[in-house]
Amino acid sequence: MENSEKTELVLLACGSFNPITNMHLRLFELAKDYMNGTGKYKVIKGIISPVGDAYKKKGLISAHHRVFMAQLATKNSEWVEVDTWESLQKEWVETAKVLRIWITSATCCKDLWEMCLGHHQEKLEASSCGNEQGSPVLERPGRKRKWAEQRQDFSQKKSLEPKTKGVPKVKLLCGADLLESFGVPNLWKSEDITQIVRDYGLICITRAGNDAQKFIYESDVLWKYQNNIHLVNEWITNDISSTKIRQALRRGQSIRYLVPDLVQEYIEKHDLYTSESEERNVGVILAPLQRNMAEANS
Amino acid sequence: MSLGSCQSHGNDKGEQILPYKCCNGGMYQVIAGIISPVNDKYGKKDLVAARHRVAMARLALQTSDWIRVDPWESEQVQWLETVKVLRHHHRELLRSLPQKEGLDRGKAHPAAPTAVPELKLLCGADVLKTFQTPNLWKDAHIQEIVEKFGLVCVGRAGHDAERYILGLPILQKYQHNIHLAREPVQNEISATYIRRALSQGQSVKYLLPDAVIAYIKDHNLYTKDSSWKDNNT
Repeated sequence: MENSEKTELVLLACGSFNPITNMHLRLFELAKDYMNGTGKYKVIKGIISPVGDAYKKKGLISAHHRVFMAQLATKNSEWVEVDTWESLQKEWVETAKVLRIWITSATCCKDLWEMCLGHHQEKLEASSCGNEQGSPVLERPGRKRKWAEQRQDFSQKKSLEPKTKGVPKVKLLCGADLLESFGVPNLWKSEDITQIVRDYGLICITRAGNDAQKFIYESDVLWKYQNNIHLVNEWITNDISSTKIRQALRRGQSIRYLVPDLVQEYIEKHDLYTSESEERNVGVILAPLQRNMAEANS
Repeated sequence: MSLGSCQSHGNDKGEQILPYKCCNGGMYQVIAGIISPVNDKYGKKDLVAARHRVAMARLALQTSDWIRVDPWESEQVQWLETVKVLRHHHRELLRSLPQKEGLDRGKAHPAAPTAVPELKLLCGADVLKTFQTPNLWKDAHIQEIVEKFGLVCVGRAGHDAERYILGLPILQKYQHNIHLAREPVQNEISATYIRRALSQGQSVKYLLPDAVIAYIKDHNLYTKDSSWKDNNT
């Protein structure tokens, strides 16, 4: 399939990133290779969207640290970057809503790509994108600059390549743990799960392909939209969970080579993960549980 | 103690360097780590030239303050048995000791100035298993390795190090000198997988240090063509 027929794809990963690890970064690389390899997609961007502090997960340290570490980790990446919008919100935001917002801004910016030739970007941005409620493009000038650079690259490339069709799609990138968390009562709204798999799609990196397939099989809604759930095998036994990283740190064990060097140095410099930090939010109900249970009772 | 690691090092990956903290149980203080890439004459499939493997290891260790590469083994005229490499490095270690003061390796060492550093072989549990393979190791060498030097063995998925030790009388006899370092976070990045991914044009970013990936790209290593060449020589 020529480039002109490929769908542009943005991979969005939501999560605590507490801290970000090499495993998280590998998710992006594996997903990109896989989706590009289908011949139908062209992965153009990866987004890391760390959750806000209002998520209230046990051991969740302050968002500004988690965001900064993710930025350090993606410093040397040409296509993966960090988005701070979700982390800055005072209330916890459902993943489905984060996706919705990204779809909106992707659509919006795609129109701009079609229209502008690199000359009038600033003007068009200000006029067209400013109307969206809570639009990420408007609220974060840093990101606006990045989108602008992206457009510039694309408009320069356009003179050489045929146009890529359609609006860039945004898919949720995750590990098998997120997929299986769909089954936890009150953690997800069922309409959100439906919307995610029906309208956007999931790219799930998993080591235990059979378990993931079984989980899909046992869920009516996942089964219905299974074509929109891409299971990507991770052949390397890569068990670098943030939980284990924090545990290793509490025990004075080295995390070198499990997280990017810059992240390891940052954690050490700020003494981020201790027994005290692990006690944060103990006894507090996780935000999605609280919200969904409250709505169920109202 | 110094941890000497003799492996083929098809390319550098992170997990070999992990066990440092596992062994600091209070009895030992690890003062140095040595990576010793095997000689080209070893003849293992897909083995790229030693100068590349040494260069990549150097790049990977740029930021390490205690692990270094030693090309001595790779520079020899022929392939050397592991025990000979251990003997060499132990001699070098003793030779480099200052006469009167304690160890001067940039680390304050308040213990007895006459303490002799030990050199141990660092390996994965899979290597422990290879001691059972007929004709791969000389019995006398296995004995010297476990008796005179000692082993630090890092666990690997699918390998039961304790069972391997119990399965070989010579290992069982010196099991007090075989330290099993449990890897707190399982991270199995096999060089075989890396080579396969590279030959298929897949990303190995975050599995290898960026500097090593750049080197591989610059020197056109582990491509589909080169692996075909290796298979057909």
